[in-house]
Amino acid sequence: MLLAEEYIVEMLSGAEMVIRSLQDEGVEYIYGYPGGSVLHIYDALFQQDKVKHVLVRHEQAATHMADAYARASGKPGVVFVTSGPGATNAVTGIATAYMDSIPMVVISGQVMSHLIGEDAFQETDILGVSRPVVKHNFAIKDAKDIPETIKKAFYVASTGRPGPVVVDIPKDMTAPTDKFEYNYPAQVEMRSYNPATRGHSGQIKKAMDMMVAAKRPVILVGGGTIGGRASEVVTELAQKMNFPVSTTLMGLGGYPASDRQWLGMPGMHGSYEANMALHHADLILSLGARFDDRVTNATEKFCPTARVIHVDIDPSSISKTIAADVPIVGPTKSVATEMLSLLAKSKTSPDKSALADWWGQIDQWRQRHGGRYDTHADGLLKPQQVIEAVHKVTNGDAYVCSDVGQHQMFAAQYYKFDKPNRWINSGGLGTMGFGFPAAMGVKLHYPDAEVVCVTGEGSFQMNLQELSTCSQYGLPVKIICLNNGSLGMVRQWQDMNYESRHSQSYMESLPDFEKLAAAYGHEAITVANEAELMPALEKAFAMKDKLVFMNILVDANEHVYPMQVPKASMRDMWLSKSERT
Amino acid sequence: MRHIIAVLMENEAGALSRVVGLFSQRNFNIETLNVAPTEDPTLSRLTVTTTGNDRVIEQITKQLNKLIEVVKLVDLTDGDHIEREMMLIKLKAAGQHRDEIKRTVDIFRGQIVDVTSSVYTVQLTGDQPKLDAFINAIGESYVLETVRSGVSGIARGEKVLSI
Ligand SMILES: Cc1ncc(C[n+]2csc(CCOP(=O)(O)OP(=O)(O)O)c2C)c(N)n1
Ligand SMILES: [Mg+2]
Repeated sequence: MLLAEEYIVEMLSGAEMVIRSLQDEGVEYIYGYPGGSVLHIYDALFQQDKVKHVLVRHEQAATHMADAYARASGKPGVVFVTSGPGATNAVTGIATAYMDSIPMVVISGQVMSHLIGEDAFQETDILGVSRPVVKHNFAIKDAKDIPETIKKAFYVASTGRPGPVVVDIPKDMTAPTDKFEYNYPAQVEMRSYNPATRGHSGQIKKAMDMMVAAKRPVILVGGGTIGGRASEVVTELAQKMNFPVSTTLMGLGGYPASDRQWLGMPGMHGSYEANMALHHADLILSLGARFDDRVTNATEKFCPTARVIHVDIDPSSISKTIAADVPIVGPTKSVATEMLSLLAKSKTSPDKSALADWWGQIDQWRQRHGGRYDTHADGLLKPQQVIEAVHKVTNGDAYVCSDVGQHQMFAAQYYKFDKPNRWINSGGLGTMGFGFPAAMGVKLHYPDAEVVCVTGEGSFQMNLQELSTCSQYGLPVKIICLNNGSLGMVRQWQDMNYESRHSQSYMESLPDFEKLAAAYGHEAITVANEAELMPALEKAFAMKDKLVFMNILVDANEHVYPMQVPKASMRDMWLSKSERT
Repeated sequence: MRHIIAVLMENEAGALSRVVGLFSQRNFNIETLNVAPTEDPTLSRLTVTTTGNDRVIEQITKQLNKLIEVVKLVDLTDGDHIEREMMLIKLKAAGQHRDEIKRTVDIFRGQIVDVTSSVYTVQLTGDQPKLDAFINAIGESYVLETVRSGVSGIARGEKVLSI
């Protein structure tokens, strides 16, 4: 007897359903590390070849790889970890993704259901541990729920304000002997979860009226413009309005840095002109920025004359720190698009003469500082000039994955990003150790792209074990280590606030990075002065198939400037060691 | 200012801990909290009383709404509403005070729900000030044990919180 195809039901084990669900979700790579509670799942993984798995050397690296993949591609990254230490090792990476609103699905094994709560071997309440740092988490209580729960996990992770989602699966739910009818839902609905898909038209109209009337406007572009894939419309809107644009640390590349209208970053290490323009603005149009404390300085002194139009997909980001005059809840892309079409239909246009004055003022500010730094006559390298050189050899077109510290700020300031999703850094959590695995995650998916990890000798040592993963999978990233022999950012604060008492910010006995790289089969080049810099970079980037570790010795006494004076307004800045606004 | 927020959420394991976790994680106050399933067994209703200025209360409601399992919520303090709390209280009731305590219970429209020769257990319902006033009237030295349900609240009139 012949059965019509739709009558054939597939019977799969829980473990097989996990893998099939990921296949049906279109997942290409999983980053992970096996262990007792996920053995059934890893066995199901072994028996197929659609979804590939990258075996990292530490679970934290798996989460950062998945995270960076998501940042570059816009699609959620997927992680497998085992129960207990596997899951807790992933927590830093989950928190990193959470703070920057990055979609990620983490599947964690759990001890068998009947052992939960008994302090079983490798039992951790990862739902409890991860709760404050996930968008949501799910526990599988019944194996037949696996496909639908995984669908929900992807749906929640990638819609609205994106974020990491953990799915905790007890081992018995994945037993190979218990089979269930498999059916991956095409879509899911959750009555309690309805993210906004467009902004309120009345509010957008009101915003547009204010924008047209504005005399000293600034557009503030944040991570929501990058994550929301809105850079193109936002750029068009800014250019049609002739408004200056400042991009936050998370928004770099959301507006082309080489364009005249770009002012640089706002905030603690923002550019002089961006902070001055914001301070004196009469209108701030924020597109997916969340006014965090590193941007606003003292909130009560923040931009005293500005009215604020705040566009954000997450209502709780609006008026959290800075009161919005016009709150607009919705995706930046659809809101900016609607603004553009209003503008096209509108009879009024931006105030040309006011804007001309405003630009005149901004150009004066630009001349005052303009991102200058002192160079040494003796050839000792400045970190800023290294970043500028990297920009040059990569034609400004690389994916730059950064660690955390001074090098991160120099990269943000001096690698001028013209495209979105190219600047990949841990902005919210500031996770040292992020940069290298992040670069690996990007390189895996964009093998033909130039992928650079900008790091410090401190940060790099937080995940250097991944040099091994790079050998296994052939991930020829270029590591630019700005080696100042110290925890530079800590040291800078100690210089500025603790009379240069360098408490625990000096690193003795750094490894011989050349030998270290060689031990894993990689290349390394040490650069000690200006004359060596460009030739070494050119040589490194010419080695297309090689991971190259660039150990670049830079001035340990350099500070990141501008730097806002704490507890003051946006315009209060140190511009160099001796010059204050 | 004090606010009473009523929340409908999915009646699922873990949902309550998310709400409680949110309050401590974000440094919000909880004064009272009560929760029970509704007539629709897939939903729980939670009432939380909290204090904060307008900005804090706005954040509380927004952050609660953001929890995936929260279906709907209302700040009852925004409109006319009824609030009630139930208290069970064990009182020393011996000798000459026994009648006095009984009279006070009657005045407050409480009920004596359990009796021994030396103890009354009283059930009393009302808003928080009424329950506090009762304890004052009795005198703390007669109180052996109290248990309070936390505030429940509902809007007056036609308004309903449902999905
Ligand atoms: C995991 C973690 N621990 C501690 C810190 C605090 N911290 C911020 S920057 C920094 C120094 C980083 O040193 P390095 O990587 O050498 O970069 P540099 O500042 O020298 O460029 C430290 C310790 C952090 N951000 N992350
Ligand atoms: Mg360093």
